[in-house]
Amino acid sequence: MSKRLLPADASIFLILIGVALTFELLGWLVMGQSFIFNTRRLPIIVLQVAVIGIIAIGVTQVIITGGIDLSSGSVAALSGMVAASFAQAAGGSSMYFAGLADLPTIVPLVVGIAVGCAAGWVNGAITAYTGVPPFIPTLGMMVSARGLAVLYNNGNPVIGLTDGFTALGAGATPIVIFAVVALLFHIVLTRTLYGRRTYAVGSNAEAARTSGINVKAHKVLVYTIAGGLAGLAGVVMTARATMAQPGMGLMYELDAISAAVIGGTSLFGGRGRVSGTVIGVLILGVITSGFTFLRIDFYYQEVAKGLIILAAVIADRYRQGVKFGMR
Amino acid sequence: MSDIVLSTRGLTKHYGGVQALVDADFEIREGEHIAIVGDNGAGKSTFVRQITGVEVPTSGSIVFEGKEVSFQSPLDARRAGIETVFQNLALADDLDVPANIFLGREEVYFNLGPFSFLNEKKMLKMAQEGLTRTAVKIPNLHNTIGNMSGGQRQCVAISRTATFASKLIIMDEPTAALGVQETTQVENIIRTLKDQGVPLILISHNLRQVLNLVDRIVVFRRGRIAGTLDAKTTNGNEIVSMITGLDTGVHENASYI
Repeated sequence: MSKRLLPADASIFLILIGVALTFELLGWLVMGQSFIFNTRRLPIIVLQVAVIGIIAIGVTQVIITGGIDLSSGSVAALSGMVAASFAQAAGGSSMYFAGLADLPTIVPLVVGIAVGCAAGWVNGAITAYTGVPPFIPTLGMMVSARGLAVLYNNGNPVIGLTDGFTALGAGATPIVIFAVVALLFHIVLTRTLYGRRTYAVGSNAEAARTSGINVKAHKVLVYTIAGGLAGLAGVVMTARATMAQPGMGLMYELDAISAAVIGGTSLFGGRGRVSGTVIGVLILGVITSGFTFLRIDFYYQEVAKGLIILAAVIADRYRQGVKFGMR
Repeated sequence: MSDIVLSTRGLTKHYGGVQALVDADFEIREGEHIAIVGDNGAGKSTFVRQITGVEVPTSGSIVFEGKEVSFQSPLDARRAGIETVFQNLALADDLDVPANIFLGREEVYFNLGPFSFLNEKKMLKMAQEGLTRTAVKIPNLHNTIGNMSGGQRQCVAISRTATFASKLIIMDEPTAALGVQETTQVENIIRTLKDQGVPLILISHNLRQVLNLVDRIVVFRRGRIAGTLDAKTTNGNEIVSMITGLDTGVHENASYI
């Protein structure tokens, strides 16, 4: 919240540089070639992170309010499936809606985001109005949304999409969408009433309530927005793959949460920045890409990621130790 | 009659079968500072909860600025001009000073509902004015509240009430958790408020503090107002006697001040 958080981003940024340079060094030692200065690699890294990044920006806000959202990946898949069914080109063999072909791209885009918002709204409403810890309803949504994604087309993918729609996932478009979302929410979180309330609710929900903030309504709004962003991610994912599959986006919520925590978002609520999350997403992307580049087994990658997340959470706990009087 | 800021007649609150507050007749005038004292469970906090809108009284009336009022929530009371400094301060540790002062009533421009833009310049300026008005010195307003000492936090909470030029300030045990120096700091702020003519209701267990700061002392005992004492003419023993209901003499040699 205070201007002093800028140095915090600086330290995470240095970690990003450090990780990238480490892989660069290892690249020369192991593979005899550069990791970073590979014109094919950099766009791939950023492309992979664009989808996770969009989700992570929504999840960051939820975590700042002191909550959590486990449903992002499943909601993205469901949103992608439904959006794709509104994005099919005429003449295809498996039209979902017989009469709805070649719709303008804005339609599936809005549909996808709307499905995400609806799921997010359910998450938020249950969390805020029943007092159940958000882990539970979002876990339920994670399972239900995945189930609905499968049921939507009887386990089959939705294919034959319009060029206009798949353009959303082509070239640098996903990166541009991620950048726009990041910039937008950076402004929203730092300069608007919504942002101030988000931090207030996360820092001291009771104080916020006593001061007149409608905490319940605000939480519903935050979860709805997170759901909408998961929906957008689902649309981008689907466009890039030129088809929607019920199993896509599996475990993306964990990467998104990890990116947020690595980027300085506190699981205790009240702290976190979009800029930090963006760097966190890049760090995860570099690690994923670096391990692939060094031909290291996928499972070692997962172990490494797990250790990094653990380190980030412990570092966060240490920082919060002051808050809980453990000077 | 016209300079009475707040008065209650027959204010009563029952919680089920428990009569926490019975028939409280109270009044506070412009510029007056009144202390509410009494043992635990005597009805002080219950009385404050009724007049600040945290709860709705079972019976009785509250008249604020000449009009009968019925507060349905703390916000109603706040909107009417009654500001409360709660015992737990109601501060958000991760936010800075202006953010805390304006918590719940942020200044915005471009009204876009929840997405209105914060007018941080205005809030900073008004926060600085409020802090100056209460003679509170905080070196860096952008520091997060969580990094400040207990006394500074308390001062920020009190300045919050002064920033909004409230018509009546209520403080619930403001120095209970503070050290000697910080207590003095807070008491000086209270004196500043007295100089500015802001009426204040102070709940306190600290009789020395009460005798030093206020004009009148209202004593609660077992849910009722046992009596009112003039701070200038009374002493610790008299107050304690009224609090406990025992005759004077028993406490002659005890020191409560």
